[in-house]
Amino acid sequence: MSADFLYGIEVVINGLMAGVMYALVALGFVLIFKASGIFNYAQGVMALFAALTLVGVMEGQVPFSHLINAVFGTEIHHFGWTVPAFAAILVTLGVMIFFAWAVHTFVFRHLVGQEPIILFMATIGLAYFLEGVGDLMWGSDIKTLAVGLPQGGSLFVEDLTAGLGGDDFYGFFIDKLDMVATLVAIVLVAALIGFAQYTKQGRAMRAVADDHQAALSVGISLNYIWVLVWSLAGLVALVAGVMWGAKSGVQFSLSLIALKALPVLMLGGFTSIPGAIVGGLIIGVGEKLFEYMIGPMIGGATENWFAYVLALIFLVFRPQGLFGEKIIERV
Amino acid sequence: MKDTVDSYVTEDGRTIGGVMMDMRGITLRFGGVEAIKDISFDIREGEIRAIIGPNGAGKSSMLNVISGFYHPQEGEVWFRGEKRPPMKPYQVARQGIARTFQNIALFEGMSVLDNIMTGRLTHMKSGMLAQALWMGKAEREETENREAVERIIDFLEIQAIRKTPVSRLPYGLKKRVELARALAAEPKLLLLDEPMAGMNVEEKEDMSRYILDVNDEFGTTVALIEHDMGVVMDISDRVVVMDYGRKIGDGTPSEVRNNQDVIDAYLGVAHD
Repeated sequence: MSADFLYGIEVVINGLMAGVMYALVALGFVLIFKASGIFNYAQGVMALFAALTLVGVMEGQVPFSHLINAVFGTEIHHFGWTVPAFAAILVTLGVMIFFAWAVHTFVFRHLVGQEPIILFMATIGLAYFLEGVGDLMWGSDIKTLAVGLPQGGSLFVEDLTAGLGGDDFYGFFIDKLDMVATLVAIVLVAALIGFAQYTKQGRAMRAVADDHQAALSVGISLNYIWVLVWSLAGLVALVAGVMWGAKSGVQFSLSLIALKALPVLMLGGFTSIPGAIVGGLIIGVGEKLFEYMIGPMIGGATENWFAYVLALIFLVFRPQGLFGEKIIERV
Repeated sequence: MKDTVDSYVTEDGRTIGGVMMDMRGITLRFGGVEAIKDISFDIREGEIRAIIGPNGAGKSSMLNVISGFYHPQEGEVWFRGEKRPPMKPYQVARQGIARTFQNIALFEGMSVLDNIMTGRLTHMKSGMLAQALWMGKAEREETENREAVERIIDFLEIQAIRKTPVSRLPYGLKKRVELARALAAEPKLLLLDEPMAGMNVEEKEDMSRYILDVNDEFGTTVALIEHDMGVVMDISDRVVVMDYGRKIGDGTPSEVRNNQDVIDAYLGVAHD
């Protein structure tokens, strides 16, 4: 096997893993969109907020410390303790569930039945509000997220594959964190699908996604289900926030990864969980391969725009995405 | 008069019990329009109660009041001897009142089986974690629910379409699946909003038979809205007649049939 070919395979593998990271964000969008018809622009910021909170809790940071210090003239920043990663993740999850409840109770509960564009605008407002709150609570400096996830390239894979393509091939470089992310994503998706298919709440969730009136008539509380869905989206945001935070540090530009989820959704369809995964993988592999093969010919940096162009092409030929429900207007 | 006794036995041998649902002085307004004007009537345990009337009489509104989709401005709803506070539809459903809709509200994306399973939601008690882990109690519950659903599928003779997505079914079968979902809740009171609308004669006969069988075999109390007078007179024990939001008649089918106001409402009458 030639080294070029092997290098191509490595690009594909890395693309798949990058795709998993995109899919993690896209998943959160799909959950909320399917159950309530809301396109949640704030999903990326939720991931950022979850990551900020996790770091803050782990390091024993005092929330709103700058505000408190400014008002009371104190000088507190830290409680002086650290919290183990596992406990901190549980606390953060609690915060995300509280956030889900608050968002539904104070915002979307009052907007039921409004036009989709109004709901969308509300999520934009929510995104900036949450970004502001995150800043105020935990400060805007870049933080490192050390929850004990492995970092760097996997020597094991490198050794295993070295020499495959002759002496000048040193083996595949595969990020250990990406491998963990892939595992986590598989578990998360399996759990979500299992939840939706086999539990009472999951069944109720699918029912609400399908028909509100019918859901009410079989005894489902819409408010409860919506809070549940936002909580699940919060959980997905937490997972995405941990993975992205561990990869590139917890910084405010993290919220921009939400934008990368858009082309993923256009490919996969806004209403399909498998769609979000496959869409993410296609975008991940597509942009890496394109950069590797075509990039050098046209000056590189194609990863910035490739996903969007692919999404545009999809919009023209298959607007509902690969797995989305076809929109048929009955007359 | 039957209203004065606590329970009685019908000609075909079914026992009709005391008052289950008592609507007292219900008035429902939409803005300036009065959809229901000061209507009182009751539904007794075990009976088949029909609400009839011309289009726009307020029948569906009345059913929506009972099932909690609408809240009347005036009047009281009494259920099983207790005054009911204003309730959301899902709370009403959890009290054991199931319903179908005039325009069919099924979960189009799900299979027939899944649709009917949603009717069992009020009977599922196991916690989220137990269910996720498929533990003993949750498993037993799931089995019980499946059995209950299978009984209803047999009963309504829809075995052949169990796995079919609802969106592919013809209208008549959709109506039957919706009935199945309502029955899956094992309701004390079953509300049917025009269960036979748009059906042919044969389908209507089937549906009539199912309603009678449900009432007979499970002892379910049924309140239904229907336009087909022949069907209504055949299957109901008592009939309420509404016109322009008012109650113009209430009694057994034969009493109602001979009521002059009812005849006028249906045949039209020249007002001086």
